[in-house]
Order: sequence, then C-alpha cells, then structure tokens
Amino acid sequence: MKADPHGVLTGTHFLDGDHACCEGALAAGARFAAGYPITPSTEVVERFAARVPTVGGTFIQMEDELAASIALQGGVWGGAKAFTVTSGPGFSLMMEHIGYAAMTETPCVFVDVQRGGPSTGQPTLPAQADMMQARWGSHGDYEIIALCPNSPQECFDLTIKAFNFAEEFRVPVMFMMDEVVGHMTEKVVIPPADEIEVTPRKHTKKSVEDYLPYGTNGDMVPEMAHAGDGYKFHITGLTHDERGYPNMTPQVQDKLVRRLQNKIRSAADRICLFEEDRLDDADVVVVSYGITSRVAQRAIDAARSKGLKVGKLRLITAWPFPEKKIAEVAAHVKAFVVPELNLGQMVHEVKRAADGKAKTYAVSHAGGGVHNPDEILNTIVEASRC
Amino acid sequence: MLNILDNKLDNTPDDTVNPVEQFLRSDRMPHIWCPGCGIGTTVNSFAHALIESKIDLQTLALVSGIGCTGRVAGYVKLDSFHTTHGRAIPFATGLKLANPKLNVVVYSGDGDLSAIGGNHLIHAARRNIDLKVICVNNLIYAMTGGQTAPTTPGHATTSTNPYGTFEPAFNLPHLVEAAGAVYVARWTTFHVRQLARSISEAFQKKGFSFIEVISPCPTLYQRRNKMGDGLDTMKYYKEKSKVKHGAPTSEVGLTLNGEIVVGKFVDRDRPDYQTMMRAQYVETLGERYIDVTDEEPETECVCG
Amino acid sequence: MIVTLWLGDLVAKGRVSIVVERCKACGFCVEFCPTHVLALSSAFNSKGYHPPHVVHPEKCSGCDLCGMYCPDFAITGTKVPQASAKQASGGEK
Repeated sequence: MKADPHGVLTGTHFLDGDHACCEGALAAGARFAAGYPITPSTEVVERFAARVPTVGGTFIQMEDELAASIALQGGVWGGAKAFTVTSGPGFSLMMEHIGYAAMTETPCVFVDVQRGGPSTGQPTLPAQADMMQARWGSHGDYEIIALCPNSPQECFDLTIKAFNFAEEFRVPVMFMMDEVVGHMTEKVVIPPADEIEVTPRKHTKKSVEDYLPYGTNGDMVPEMAHAGDGYKFHITGLTHDERGYPNMTPQVQDKLVRRLQNKIRSAADRICLFEEDRLDDADVVVVSYGITSRVAQRAIDAARSKGLKVGKLRLITAWPFPEKKIAEVAAHVKAFVVPELNLGQMVHEVKRAADGKAKTYAVSHAGGGVHNPDEILNTIVEASRC
Repeated sequence: MLNILDNKLDNTPDDTVNPVEQFLRSDRMPHIWCPGCGIGTTVNSFAHALIESKIDLQTLALVSGIGCTGRVAGYVKLDSFHTTHGRAIPFATGLKLANPKLNVVVYSGDGDLSAIGGNHLIHAARRNIDLKVICVNNLIYAMTGGQTAPTTPGHATTSTNPYGTFEPAFNLPHLVEAAGAVYVARWTTFHVRQLARSISEAFQKKGFSFIEVISPCPTLYQRRNKMGDGLDTMKYYKEKSKVKHGAPTSEVGLTLNGEIVVGKFVDRDRPDYQTMMRAQYVETLGERYIDVTDEEPETECVCG
Repeated sequence: MIVTLWLGDLVAKGRVSIVVERCKACGFCVEFCPTHVLALSSAFNSKGYHPPHVVHPEKCSGCDLCGMYCPDFAITGTKVPQASAKQASGGEK
C-alpha cells in the first residue's frame, strides 16, 4: 500500500542522517516512538517529538532505555508502527527487549547510531563496533534483520525498508547508522506519498474461534491481532505453542526457535540488499558498509586508476549476512578487503562465507574518525599481490 | 488441623458455573501456584470487580511481569501480555498511549514492580499514566526460590539472607503516593470483598491507581520463617489487619508478624498523562494538533 | 407450649459445587465459610489432595465466600431459587 500523506514531507531537503531517518519513519507510517536521549541519536526522536503531534501519533521520552525498548512494543500491540533510537550504551540496555521482540514476533525498528565504544567511549565520534552485537546481543537463538545506510538519503529510504521488513517478517529490525552518517547533512529527496510503498501490519482476518496467535498457514510468519480487537490472545516471552501458551518441552522449543530462524533465512535472497560494482573482472573486492563504504569508494577508484582490478560490494543488509553472494564472488576473486570502523567484526563473516576460496584482509580502525583512504588502498595493493 | 470426615464427597455434578470461570483460560487449569498461595484468591477479587464494574472485556488488556504473580496473565481470558521482568508498566504505557480506549491493568508482584521495576513504577505514578496496578505482595521473590525482596520485612529469613534480613523494607503505599499515584489502597487476601471493591473503584478512576494485596507464600516465605501454611497466614491477616481508611501512608509500613494496616489510603484527583498532553498541545498547536488521545473507537488501525 | 421445628423446612438457600481435580486442600473454604458448611474429606483427588465436601448442606446460604477465597477456582457457592419456605415457629411459655 501507499504511504499515508500525513507523514510524508515531500520535497527536496537539506537534512542530516538523523533527521532523514525520522522522516523515513514517519513516511513508513510510524506513529509511536518511545525514546531516551543518547548522543549521537537524539535528534531522531527530537524531530519526531516536534513532528508527530501534527501528523497524528505519540512520542514519549521514557525514563531509561529499558523502558523505551519495551514501551514501543506496547505501542505495536496497541496498533501502531513503532520504533526507538539509541547508541552503544543504550543498545546494550535494550538487548533483553530486542530478544523479547524476536520471541514474541513484534514488528518494530531499533535505530542504533553507532559511536566509539566500548562503554561510554566517544559519544560524538563514529564507530561501527556494534555490528556483531546487533546480531548476537540478546541471549538465545533468534534472527534479526540489520540495514546499514551510508548517506542521509539512505537514512530516509532504508528506514522505510526497515519498517517494511519488520512488518513482513514480524521481526525487530536493527537500523545500523553511525555517527558520521547521522550527523552529515546532504540533499534528501522525499517523493510524493503515492510513490512510497509501505507494508501494512499483517493483521489477521480470522474469526475469534479460528485465530491462533502463533499459528502459521504454510508461510512462517503468523498473523497478528491487536489488544482491543476482541481476540483475547496471550503473548509471552516464555517458549510457547501456537496458542501463545507457555510450553516447556524440547519439541515445542525446537519448533518455535527453528521457525524464528527459518522465516528470515529462507527469505535471505529477498532481504540481502547490496550494491555491487565492477565485480566481473575483479581480483580484489572491497566489502564495506555505512560511512566506510564512501571512504572505500575513494580507495577503489584510486586503485583502478593504478590499473588494479578492484570491485566493490557494499553491504546494505548486514544481517542476515549475504553469505551466498560472498561465496559466489569468492569463487572468482583472489581476495576480499574488508575495512570497518572496528577491530574486525563483519570481516569474520566474510571469511566464513568465503570458505577458503579467497583470502580475506581486514582494514581495522578503532573508531573515533573514519579511515584515511590510503589505509584501504594500501591493503588493496597488498591483496592484489597475493 | 481440620477434621477429615468420611469418604463421601458431595460433589453434585451440575451445571453450576463459577462466576470467575468466564475470565479463566480453563484449558490451562489447574494452575502452577502452590497450595495456600494467595494469588488465585486475588484473581477471584479481580474477576468480581470486572463483573461489578461492567467493564467491556474487549477493551481490557492485562500486562504482567515475571514471577509467580506474573503468571496471572497466562491464566486470564483477556488480551494479556506476559512481558519481561520489571517492565510491565512501560509496556502497559505504550499500549495505553497507542490505543487510549483500552483499559490497561498491570498485574504483577512486589519484586517485579518495586525492585527491577521500581524506576518505571515511580515514573508512571509521577506521570499519572492511566493504569490500574495490582501489586500482589508476598514479601519475597517466590518464583526463583525465596530470595529477599525490597518488601521483605526485617529480620526475616530468606535464601539470600540466610541469617536474616537487615535492610529496611519499602512501604509501597507511601512510595507510590509520594510519586504521585491518585488511588492507593492495600488489602490482604483475607479481604476478598474489599479488594474487589477497590479494584472496581480504580476502574472508575482516571490516572495511576495502585492496589497492594498482601498474600501468603507458604512454600517459601512462611515456611522459612516458621509461620505455618497458607491458612495460618490467612488467619494472621484476619487477626492482625486493621482497617484504617485514609491513614497517612507513612504510617502503614509492615513489620515481621506485626499489624497490617489496610484500607483505601489515597483517593485524589489530578489530570492523567493523556489529558495533560492534549491540553498542552491544544494550547501550543491549536488547530494543527491532531488529537490521538480520544477514547472513542477508531474506525481503522493506525498502522494501515 | 411445645416448640416444634421442622428441620426439613430449613431449605438450603445455596449450594456448593466443587471441581475436585483443581483442589489443593489449602483449607481456606473450610475455614472461612461463615456457616461451616464444609470440611476436608478423606477422599483423594488424582494429585493426592483431600478436597472439601459439604457436611452441612442445609446451612449453605450461597454467599460464594468459598468461591472468592479459593485460590484454585475449585469451588463456588450459588444461591438456590427459593420456593416459599416455612418458618420455624418459636416462642416460650
């Protein structure tokens, strides 16, 4: 369906990533946000607080991230599309509730504008060191989807995608920005509402007698009901059967947890978005995401002008990891170069997916700034010689 | 001990229906609570309050946290949410704000609401979010095996204070009154009818209502402290409770085996969160404000 | 004058219904029934608990305090529709 025009600020704007993300959320139909201030993410909800009373929705600043991360889920079960924003320390606090969203299949978006860490780290400076945490931060076996924008325009476009994936798969989606993308100001074009596709809530049309909160008809994503619709359903974070009732047997555990995993993995082809360039003749492929991909572009262009055959693979979806694509590319290249604003996170996934068919070189950076393109170029040169 | 008479049971198979049954997920009975635990008794009072106040069950949502009392959510036939430890209140806040026509009840235990959930308790009371909170206080962390709670009176024996507690306990009515609750009452599981009436009254009130129910945990709290079983505890409640409506909440603290002051302590009026929010936006934004605090049923869900 | 009391005319105003399998023999209903209608029986349910049974059916008023106290939703008292009940006549010379 098309976006609700009330939330769409059609036009050409000069916005930073945080502001563009907020507009993306509104365009996607988000009408509830619960937040807690944390640099460098706060502007997302500050803008939402200013915009939403005239769009028709609610923002509440909660007392901490624990409250924000669960209040937004109450908002979802009350009928709204909802999200929150945070950065490293807050992301850590939200982990239990990300797990709760995954377990209860609550569609929602968690925006993490990554900053220097660990702990309080460097609040106003960039890093990309929460990537593994986005995937594995909560306890237990669960899957999430994570998207990485690399520009304010993508902060708008991909936020809509994040909400759409959340609704389609009934999963919490991690929107992994970084401080540079969040605070850089660029042109952002917001199209008319009728050119924006939004995925509606998968609301059940079954009768009260037939409806099962976690029943699936072949497809692995159950239909949802909201509080007040008359279904009198039960939702719990305990392992549960199709009725939503707690069940403590290994059989039900296996069935539930595998379905939570498979509903995402079986759709990986659709969910794994990436941008590729000049892979066909490449010896070395630079795999990058977020702000680092823009620095990497400079290095790739410089390498090409030196005559090196370098390709680009920019991850837009970081999770589920596009292992199929990496494996395909690994079959005909010598090496991957993986620059990241961390001491090596997604590089391990690249290496795993390459499965020995190509070498993998990390270009790590502890954060606090972005790479110098020469650092990446030097590694490309080294990789080309192997 | 009670006299046990002859073998004959006068259990007439008939179609008498317990008025509470309509609110239960009968397919999940019998429940997991121990013999003599008072949680089920509080559910009876809750059910009677629902009948008495004629609440539209379709608009009723019940949110619980983790613990023995948290299991109430799974046993009631309502839209019910068994959330994470301590976080029933913020979840309930989100539910209520997204759908103001819901009547949202938070049903959870003393540890869940006042320890890990303490921050959310005081902020929701401060904001006067329109929630009805039923706090079953068994003075212990029961589900996990009997650890000290912020409500455990000194010098009780618990599994994490094996030599007796030495910390002062929270006086919950005092805490929530100070934080801003508009309705504060305390009963015990002996006071079944009064509890039902308090819950009914809370349903008539807009704003943050808090009803504490002192309840036995015979398996852990009472057993470790040699206080007998559930029935002994109920008799203690009967004997040692003093009804003092309007008592200053500073004076209703609990002590080990001491007097239990019960009654309705606070019943005051101040605008709830959504009323204040609406007023502020109307004043500042005028016509531009799109009011979503309306409690009239929506024609379609906002999520599209 | 002799006082005559027809016991049969003390028609029970209520009756008790017990869901035996839910009972955990806590004893609340027995203790708090205002007219002492109930006692724990020596029978067992399948979990090994002694459920209550009605020992003074004629004293039941159908107040449902037993039902309100029962933590296991295992008992309820309901009022029985009354036909015109004969009153015991009393008095003394």
